[in-house]
Amino acid sequence: MSHSDGPAVQEPRAQQAEMQRLTVQNSPVAGTTRRPSSVSLLGSELKQLFRRRRTQAMLLALAAIPVVIAVVVRVSSAVPPGRGPAFLDRISQNGLFVAVTAMLVSVPLFLPLTIGVVAGDTIAGEAGLGTLRYLLVAPAGRVRLLLVKYAGAAVFCISAPLAVALAGAGIGWALFPVGPVALLSGDLVEPDEALVRMLLIAAYQAVSLLGLSAIGLFLSTLTDVPVGAMAATIVLSVVSQVLDQLPQLEWLHPWLFTHYWFGFADLLRQPIGWDSFGDNALLQAGYIAVFGALAYGRFVSKDVLS
Amino acid sequence: MTAAGRGPGSATDAAAPAVPETSAPAFRATGSPAIETKGLSKRFGHQMAVNSVDLAVPRGSVFGFLGPNGSGKTTTIRMMLGLAAPTAGEVRVLGLDMPRQLDEVLPRVGALVEGPAFYPFLSGAANLHRFDAADRHAVPSTRRARVAEALERVGLSHAARKKVRAYSLGMKQRLGIANALLARRELLVLDEPTNGLDPQGTREVRHLVRSLAADGATVFVSSHLLAEVEQICTHAAIMSAGRLVAQGPLAELRQAGTAQLRLLTPDAGTAAGVLARFGLSPVVGHPDGADAVITSSLPVGAGFPADHPAPVGEPSANGSVAPEAIVAALVADGVRVRGFTVERGSLEDRFVALTGEGFDVAQ
Repeated sequence: MSHSDGPAVQEPRAQQAEMQRLTVQNSPVAGTTRRPSSVSLLGSELKQLFRRRRTQAMLLALAAIPVVIAVVVRVSSAVPPGRGPAFLDRISQNGLFVAVTAMLVSVPLFLPLTIGVVAGDTIAGEAGLGTLRYLLVAPAGRVRLLLVKYAGAAVFCISAPLAVALAGAGIGWALFPVGPVALLSGDLVEPDEALVRMLLIAAYQAVSLLGLSAIGLFLSTLTDVPVGAMAATIVLSVVSQVLDQLPQLEWLHPWLFTHYWFGFADLLRQPIGWDSFGDNALLQAGYIAVFGALAYGRFVSKDVLS
Repeated sequence: MTAAGRGPGSATDAAAPAVPETSAPAFRATGSPAIETKGLSKRFGHQMAVNSVDLAVPRGSVFGFLGPNGSGKTTTIRMMLGLAAPTAGEVRVLGLDMPRQLDEVLPRVGALVEGPAFYPFLSGAANLHRFDAADRHAVPSTRRARVAEALERVGLSHAARKKVRAYSLGMKQRLGIANALLARRELLVLDEPTNGLDPQGTREVRHLVRSLAADGATVFVSSHLLAEVEQICTHAAIMSAGRLVAQGPLAELRQAGTAQLRLLTPDAGTAAGVLARFGLSPVVGHPDGADAVITSSLPVGAGFPADHPAPVGEPSANGSVAPEAIVAALVADGVRVRGFTVERGSLEDRFVALTGEGFDVAQ
């Protein structure tokens, strides 16, 4: 409080401070009437998640994928067209394709792997450390804790593809010429527009991973062993992709959470096709609803004995 | 199994430390016990971990919760704190129903449950920040100050920025207690608070518990260390194999059972005869020298300055013998009494009598 405020301003502030002091003093009683705030817990969760070396290592590993691809292409003489991952042969002409190629490489395994680790760790990790009981007696509230944990996993779902996209664009820019990009529809777009498309692809992947996160969250409420929940989540993502390859199970394909994972090609057309984005979002929302409800049902009635 | 110390105005409340009304107005708002359970039971598979426990913890008491390993102490505490749901029965904490009113109860309760647990990759202070952030009623603006104060109180200020990974067991234990003290609490539930602490640490915890009680908080301490409970508690309860076998003010618990009589005399034969007349079964020993040492267990009752009624579950003190009457009879029969002591049973004797000896963990 500076002197320039004058007494007229100071007085209400002083009253406010006095009221706050009283509230703090009586916090056991007055605290119950305070509006519940989840901001602190979410902030703490995100800080905890992203300051953890494991999370940082996973994001670095994801960012390393485009770097490795770019460096390999740069030092090799020429890439025979039609071999290796899609768009690989285009990288030497336009650096922006590093990001697209890296994304295609990461989708089936690397991204679900990191999501499995984060989502599988949500509740089981706390249970394994024994900190779950202290969070609950704080009291964090079971529903609130579950929501905050899912929100943390969701933020990671956004960061992981973003790490691939940004690292890909950066290294492509550094090592290769960058120019107008030819879309799948044949139209040419400027690099800045291409970058926006790249971010759209990252967003598409983020949405794709939300369903898997919900599955991981549910599995995490079932066990006190985080590694078990992580492994189960990753295995499920692989199984789902395998089932999606079997023509005999065609009726099942639209229901598999991995079904639209590679559907982001529509974002590389002019005009942008939003159909697969919408279908994917709807499917993922369904998985979030079902597995969110299962996680809720399991977690609110669970005896925390860890 | 009814509680001797239940209800207002009983000897229980007189034994509790005086609580200054002004320091804790909210604490006395209701007359209900700090913790009350009725028929509380928990079944794991076929095993009754907790079997119909009726516990009554008076407000303002320092309550020792005793029992051998595996007797159901921690499971009872978990149900009190809403971590586990009872199979049957009910729990009221601070007068409110658990776990239904958990959100109103837990901000007023500080707890150390089954040992400390922390994020090893965070510093001690960061761990406390995290748990405080989890409490939606905690005021963020005072968080830093409260964490510093809690760390100061358990003597961990110097290690606040050290990763918990590098803490010793005793330091983790202190940090766990600091976590329970992050806010002003009406009730503290401390499960084995001195586990892993060195003698100084144990003393500090005893001191801390006393100062918390002096501030008006109820302290519920679970322990298997009887000496510790005897030193700090006003009340105690004893669990055995999932059942509550005794509870009440500490003085009453200690008095129940028998005392040990020890008589030093050269006239062993006559003395033994006199004691036998009182219905005692004396054992005569000749350790050294001329005097015999006669020992006998002595039913406790009227002869003791016990103003309290006999504790729960015990037969009323029929057939109890006043020590002064024995001495008078001995002297009347010409026994040269050279030493006469009656030692009241310790809490340990009582504990062993109720829970059994040996290393067998109750199943």
